[in-house]
Amino acid sequence: MQTHSIREPLIKGDKNYATITADIARPILRKPLKSWFVGITFTSILTVIGFFAIAMTIWKGIGLWNENRTIGWAWDITNLVWWIGIGHAGTFISAILLLFRQKWRTSINRSAEAMTIFAVICAALFPLIHLGRLPLMHYILPYPNTRDVWVNFNSPLLWDVFAITTYLLVSLLFWYMGLLPDIASMRDKVKHRVVKKIYSFLSFGWTGSARHWSRHASMSLILAGIAAPLVLSVHSVVSFDFATSVIPGWHTTIFPPYFVSGAIFSGFAMVLTLMLVARKTMGLTDYITVGHIESMNKIIIATGSIVGIAYITELFMAWYSGVVYERFTFFNRAFGPYAWAYWIMMSCNVISPQLLWIRKLRRNLVFTFILSIFINIGMWFERFVIIITSLHRDYLPSSWSHYKPSIYEVAIFLGTLGLFFTLFLLFIRIFPVVAISEVKHILKSSGENHTGKIKH
Amino acid sequence: METPKYIKASYSDEEDLLRAIKVLKEKKIEIYDVLSPFPVHGLDKILGYRRSRIARVGFIGGAIGAFTGFVFQTWVFTEGYPLNIGGKPYLSAPSFIPVTFELAILFAAFSMVFAFLIRSRLGPGAKPVIHDERITDDRIVLLTGFAGNNSQENIKSIKDTLSQTGAEEITLKSDSNIKQNY
Repeated sequence: MQTHSIREPLIKGDKNYATITADIARPILRKPLKSWFVGITFTSILTVIGFFAIAMTIWKGIGLWNENRTIGWAWDITNLVWWIGIGHAGTFISAILLLFRQKWRTSINRSAEAMTIFAVICAALFPLIHLGRLPLMHYILPYPNTRDVWVNFNSPLLWDVFAITTYLLVSLLFWYMGLLPDIASMRDKVKHRVVKKIYSFLSFGWTGSARHWSRHASMSLILAGIAAPLVLSVHSVVSFDFATSVIPGWHTTIFPPYFVSGAIFSGFAMVLTLMLVARKTMGLTDYITVGHIESMNKIIIATGSIVGIAYITELFMAWYSGVVYERFTFFNRAFGPYAWAYWIMMSCNVISPQLLWIRKLRRNLVFTFILSIFINIGMWFERFVIIITSLHRDYLPSSWSHYKPSIYEVAIFLGTLGLFFTLFLLFIRIFPVVAISEVKHILKSSGENHTGKIKH
Repeated sequence: METPKYIKASYSDEEDLLRAIKVLKEKKIEIYDVLSPFPVHGLDKILGYRRSRIARVGFIGGAIGAFTGFVFQTWVFTEGYPLNIGGKPYLSAPSFIPVTFELAILFAAFSMVFAFLIRSRLGPGAKPVIHDERITDDRIVLLTGFAGNNSQENIKSIKDTLSQTGAEEITLKSDSNIKQNY
């Protein structure tokens, strides 16, 4: 067996196949911790508040929000783009890192993919509520109807419908196919008859047959191959919502790559925020090691730096283009009424990730945790700045306005945060958070006891 | 005693298993299945499986998706409901690309997953034969026949081969659970 004694082991401790199953199944088999109950109570309350605000919005109308003429997009679309961005880490980790044969992906891909699905669900809520008339939401789909009307295929907003739906469905398939062997592990591990039946149903009859594994490997590779361009396409399409318009500050060709790297940047930040807590509380520190955190931090520096360059390029192009509206928009962003948001964005997204060049900080868990929250905040403000500052002062000074969110808009945003964390807390009680079979597969090449660090 | 139908041997190390399969293959003894908790590297090559054709299914699915997407949009904008948008051409291929692309990916993914599930006889409600509950934990189970000769000596020699290559539990089975579930 090939050993990599130079590389840091990806699985710590003296492990064999049985201990891996036991370690990863333990948080599901034991009674939930007190902290889990406290967490899910809190997040469920947030979710209920959010859904109450959504119900009020549908009942009374979109007038409950503080959106106004010229500022037709505000917190709703900011949240849509923020959530979709967070949803980019999962498929990036499982698809693109699979194609690059990065073994460290195996410990985090499962939970990151779950986050992708939950984040996309949260994101998809916003354009639907934003429609205002929810009972007519099927109008966005091309279906034969008595009005003889079809949707407008030239509109980026419609491309969004296709991109987000496809992304949600394909991510779900990819995630669930990867889960099959691990659900089968749970099926054979649980004792309770009814629970066994449920896992047996969910495992689709997985037996671990050699032919199944062979086909599963081929399928996963091709799914990864097609999911990789899909990840890149989804946020590109979201950026088209802005880039194809003629609003100063939006009308730029740099948007697709800039949005995609920003999405991966914020997605990794959210994965770090959650996994730093989960690995400790669930006893998975041997599987999600400091080495894994460091690898994720390296991707944060890379994508964060691309985002930083994009910000500076935008500023340069606004000046270099000579267009007065573009120049004004960027001047207004940095020094206008929303300058505070702009400088929060700049300091969180451009300056703070650069600290990760220092190896000590990259491997410092407390620092990483705080930084990941800074990035989450910074990336939310990025979307806020792009949307609000471009809309509140455009061509005609007579129609300039100002925007502050109403309590309903804040409640809906908090509600989606609640929904995301509730779904995640339920997920960790039902499915193994680390891909058991994939970790077993790399044990002999990347386990600490197999690479000669522990002497037998 | 009932007639024996197959031998079940369990291994805890994949390298022992690969060695055993090599020996059995040399003796021209049929191997019904290998059940393992994780994909064993190089196993499908030794067992002589052909490369899965699932990639072709994906390609065909993707091609159908792309074709459907593009042709449908073209039909809508030229025949179904021509919409004049700022005097731009009705058939504006570049703006059809995003939807075409997304449908290609969607169809490819679904066709591959369905092909995988149907071909492997997996799906909600499937009733698999579970030869050993430890297969999804830490055991690799090898199901092998006797090359058409179920005499005592032949079975003993196969059992010896298995134990020499490190098999931990070897049992002679007479049920008909060998029915292939793929």
